[in-house]
Amino acid sequence: MSKAKANSKPKDNVSPTVRIYIMGEAKDVPASLTIMKAIEYAGYKLTRGAGCRAGFCGACATIYRKEGDYRIYTALACQTMVEDGMYLTQLPFVPAEKAKYNIKDLSPSAETILRYYPEVARCLSCNACSKVCPQDLSVMDYVQYALQGQIEKATEASFDCVSCGLCAIRCPAEIPQYHVAELVRRLYGKYIQKYPETLDKRVKEIEDGVFEEGFKEFMSMSHDEIVEKYKARDFIDQKKK
Amino acid sequence: MKFIRGYPEAMRKSIDNVNKTRSKRIDEVIADMTLEERDKVLKSFHPDYKKETKENIAWGPNKGDLVPIEVASILNAYPTVSPDTIDLSKVDYDVGVLIIGAGGAGTSAALWANYSGVPEDQILVVTKLRHGDCNTIMAQGGIQAADRPEDSPLIHYLDVMGGGHFTNEPELARALTEDAPAIIKWHKDIGAIYDLNEDGSFVENPGGGTSRNRMHAAKDYTGMEIFRTLRDEFNDLSIPILEFMPAIELLTDEKGKITGALLYHLETKQYFVVRAKITVLTTGGFGRLHVAGFPTTNHYGATMDGVLMAYRAGAQLKHLDSTQFHPTGAAFPEQIVGLLVTEKVRSLGGQVLGYDGEQLCYPLEPRDVEASALIRCCSSTENYIETPSGMRGVWLDSPIIEEIKGKGTIQRDLSAMYRMFQRFDIDITEDPILVYPALHYQNGGVTHNKNCYTSLKGLLAAGEISGGVHGKNRLMGNSLLEINVFGRRAGITAAKEYKKQTAKGKLTLNHLKTTVTALDALNIKDKKYSPILLPEYREEAVQNRLIQLYEEIR
Repeated sequence: MSKAKANSKPKDNVSPTVRIYIMGEAKDVPASLTIMKAIEYAGYKLTRGAGCRAGFCGACATIYRKEGDYRIYTALACQTMVEDGMYLTQLPFVPAEKAKYNIKDLSPSAETILRYYPEVARCLSCNACSKVCPQDLSVMDYVQYALQGQIEKATEASFDCVSCGLCAIRCPAEIPQYHVAELVRRLYGKYIQKYPETLDKRVKEIEDGVFEEGFKEFMSMSHDEIVEKYKARDFIDQKKK
Repeated sequence: MKFIRGYPEAMRKSIDNVNKTRSKRIDEVIADMTLEERDKVLKSFHPDYKKETKENIAWGPNKGDLVPIEVASILNAYPTVSPDTIDLSKVDYDVGVLIIGAGGAGTSAALWANYSGVPEDQILVVTKLRHGDCNTIMAQGGIQAADRPEDSPLIHYLDVMGGGHFTNEPELARALTEDAPAIIKWHKDIGAIYDLNEDGSFVENPGGGTSRNRMHAAKDYTGMEIFRTLRDEFNDLSIPILEFMPAIELLTDEKGKITGALLYHLETKQYFVVRAKITVLTTGGFGRLHVAGFPTTNHYGATMDGVLMAYRAGAQLKHLDSTQFHPTGAAFPEQIVGLLVTEKVRSLGGQVLGYDGEQLCYPLEPRDVEASALIRCCSSTENYIETPSGMRGVWLDSPIIEEIKGKGTIQRDLSAMYRMFQRFDIDITEDPILVYPALHYQNGGVTHNKNCYTSLKGLLAAGEISGGVHGKNRLMGNSLLEINVFGRRAGITAAKEYKKQTAKGKLTLNHLKTTVTALDALNIKDKKYSPILLPEYREEAVQNRLIQLYEEIR
């Protein structure tokens, strides 16, 4: 890996600094930055590798090694601080095919999972997926739950997935775990989770025009009249003084 | 500097105050403000009411409107392309429905256009970054819908109107609140997950300015759960999408009707021409303009491109003077300053405290009022907390949630927040969160009616780009709702327009010539160019060394 002198020099009042290697190039950056901000500090204007910048969208999946350390590390660049000696690169894209299905025609079972993602059966239980997950999810566990048709458990274990795709890139069995998780969660949401009865009742009331008169009255009110209505609201759910 | 469980030693003194007062505060209810008190704190402390941060729109249909300087500098800028250099005779994509922007509004518009009869190959979605690099996916707290018997769309409507200081368009506020239960039903139908109680009813919490508990959530990943479900459904339907291909201008015919758009490939730098029968703008808002110098909760691409494109083509704008500052952006640690700390922390009982550990105000005021009360504390009293970098903030007491709702509530219902702070060694079940308002939402934008027709023929709009739904202040949980309600309506309207037997229009950039003429007349000294597409975060030292190499163009 490159050992050339760093060509970025932090401002005098910034301290302390760390040396990182962005795709091999040495850069000295303030130690207080996240990986994403450090890459920008070093001069890159990101197009790929940055999305929500808050840990939700999965666009900034990052792979690194550290000097003198054989291990592969992963991170979300927007949520991780730089460390001395990081050799960094970002994943610009994750090639992983999503199966197509009509969610309305399925059943929440292991057969469904295997029909759309037969490769799930190839899981070696090596746990590489869990090790790379920047959300610290037990990815291998949810893959196993999915394989066993334990849809609720698989949903729970995969819920905080941000679909960065690092698991799919690392998997020796070539499973696109995060796509499997999406199918699992939709099966749970549609077929297993209870369906609140208030919903259809209210939708029907609205379709039947139950609130029509009320809305007409509100919309014909003057500014002062609607303000009075607003002030007169009651708060049955909340403690108020 | 010595850190104790994530916080510098110097901040620990005030945290001790918070811990000492907690048991007393559990049953303490602070009075909420009257309309008059709200008015007073807003006028004194909300950035919207400061004239020195505003500038006039200098030309066009909204000439003279006072808007934030950052917004004016985008609208008063020159186009980045010259009409003479673009060949519009070769159409690269010829479609029925063009949807610009693939966040929540664009994705639901595409789905509903397809559900309503537009074949998938007649739809094209284009987006600046990836499908899902949007504000929707990072929305945390919830989505409002009045489905409980003791609630109603009418009460929801009143909350929306009062929250917006009665400046909302009534027909839009009605559409928002009346469609809400059907939106949740749709989400359930396609397999989205919402938090339920043991008995199978929805978990419903309050939000700032709501008079009923009607916030539906999926932990604090509500936007992510909704969006990934929509995106999966979108992919199931094989609707075409182009990523890293923002639209940079709309195209118009001789009469000014919108007939398509000019796209720009962010990586190859080519332009592409789209002709469409009907165009839907769902490009979101302006957080990345950092209005009034505030950090933002928004995604990387929120640079107001859509409002600008529409304005150049002649669209009417509304309420762009009004900016939402979320009361609780993170103020510490420095690495995450400005990131969203969901309002759900307060929905679940979290309180806002000063240095002394006492409550500053009712924790669930409408957002602009709550934000102003926090700014008041930090700018006109000594009761704030200062970080080592000199930033001021106030405490959001999260540990109290565990005392009110039981141990384990935070890791279950606020797992994103718990994880985000854990990454910086702060345990929010044990210690409070330091917060300060952050730029969150574009309240105003392009005007449209309840079926999403804008003032321009051939152009629909939906989502954060819109002006009028929320008036001058949006309540929590109404933006996830808005993108679904008006995304759906835009999709249905687009299908209706698609089925009409009208010929597609001619493609011109005549409106850019009009734009340039109007701008030339102003004799602007410091000419700027827009859209900017992405914000600039490179150091000045880097920017000073940028050079342009000219490639040979045959």
